[in-house]
Amino acid sequence: MRDRLIHIGSVLLFVFAVWQVLHWITGSIAVTSPAETVNRLAEMMRTPDFWGHARETMAAFSQALAIALGGGLLIGLVLGGWRPAGLVFEPILIAIYSIPKVTLYPVILLMFGLGLSAKVAFGAIHGIIPVAIFTLNAVRSLNPVYLRAARSMRLSPSQMALKILIPATLPEIVTGFRIGFSLTLLGSLIGELFASQRGLGFLIMRAVNVYDVKSIFAVTLLIAGVAIAVNSAMLALDQRLHRRM
Amino acid sequence: MTRYGWIRLGIVVAFFGWLEAIARLGYVKRQTLIPPSEMVTSLVDILSTGRMNHDIQATLLTVAAALCSAVSVGFVAGVILHRLPPLRRLMDPLFAAYYAVPHFVFYPIFIVLFGMTRVPLVILGFLFAVVAMIINTMNGLDRIPRVLIKVARTNRLGPVQTAWYIVLPSTAPYLFTGIKLSVAYSFIGVIAGEFILSGIGIGHQIAYAYDNFDNRTMYGLLLFILGLVTTVNMSLWSYEQRLLRRRSRG
Repeated sequence: MRDRLIHIGSVLLFVFAVWQVLHWITGSIAVTSPAETVNRLAEMMRTPDFWGHARETMAAFSQALAIALGGGLLIGLVLGGWRPAGLVFEPILIAIYSIPKVTLYPVILLMFGLGLSAKVAFGAIHGIIPVAIFTLNAVRSLNPVYLRAARSMRLSPSQMALKILIPATLPEIVTGFRIGFSLTLLGSLIGELFASQRGLGFLIMRAVNVYDVKSIFAVTLLIAGVAIAVNSAMLALDQRLHRRM
Repeated sequence: MTRYGWIRLGIVVAFFGWLEAIARLGYVKRQTLIPPSEMVTSLVDILSTGRMNHDIQATLLTVAAALCSAVSVGFVAGVILHRLPPLRRLMDPLFAAYYAVPHFVFYPIFIVLFGMTRVPLVILGFLFAVVAMIINTMNGLDRIPRVLIKVARTNRLGPVQTAWYIVLPSTAPYLFTGIKLSVAYSFIGVIAGEFILSGIGIGHQIAYAYDNFDNRTMYGLLLFILGLVTTVNMSLWSYEQRLLRRRSRG
């Protein structure tokens, strides 16, 4: 535990040192110093206006995440459990996964209009495919011996799910969730950046339009900090589950 | 083609047929969606008149520049980090969270630093792609079978020979994955940048057409981008499958 804290501390120190050096090289016109940025963030956080925008982003992101995780899990379970369907649809999923979804933004706007639903839709289409692909592979590569053992022990469907299916597929599904989380966040933030009247992405774009570098860095620092913290926690869980297997 | 391949093709065709039908029959407004057949005629129109050639060329050159720099810098950085485990332990958590940070917000800052040229777009594409290349290079180097390194040592291969005969062939699949991801990411970076602010390029033309309610042009260009990226991905994928088959044959 102590080693872990030292490690996290040294990573943070490293990031702030590189940042400070960049600031010295380019000056405040391009990169504000870490101290200035943290001050600006603290200042913004004291205004109620800021929390309204933060809540808006949270609302969009959590709805998008619920759709991405729930939908992806459902698609993955069906396609993984029903072999022919998996063989038919997996290449389609992979093809959709690899297209640059940013380019679809105008289409989403035309379909959902400006506002919350467009952000939710854009976040969800980024996250749902990786969750589905990881779940599909987890279910498909389930060791058939487990299933035979379950059948010979006459497990009921609910026991089957609790004792066999979930423990065996959980590590891969958590990996899928982790990637889905990052991509959904990216998607809903891009949605706010391109066309939105509210949210943290909008705050950034407003700062961009008046070239307020300090605020750009302050909001980005907050988003990056939250993203990195959640991601590290999920990565730790992920690695623990994979080791246990 | 396998039976499943035919079913898949049937499903894709049925999907586009359905889109065509709901667009033609007026179930969705023309302001939202135009029939896929019109997207194709619009694309043919764009390509045959050559009115977008300038933008297409600009975007492709920018993507190529971002891709080449990301692949070469990413490869070198991956090798260096693999050699320096303490630095790598420092960087690992940052790489793991890298793609959760929206890099696009720094684009205006690059414009201030480098002017309204193609350079900020190259940097955006580069930043988006380089980490995928670094991670895959390190993964590949981690997974060189130890027995092969021993073989190199018993045969007294020099460092250059070891790199050429042992390291490169056994890391090739991972490097290939890195390049494949870099292609997709540099496209995303460049086109998203052009969306936000640019005077030229495919992304700019899509945004311009969107702003002017010119759906025909917008969907034609979207079809071009998606077709292009899918074609590139598919050809890289089939080349990769060929490599893997050759490897499994020994």
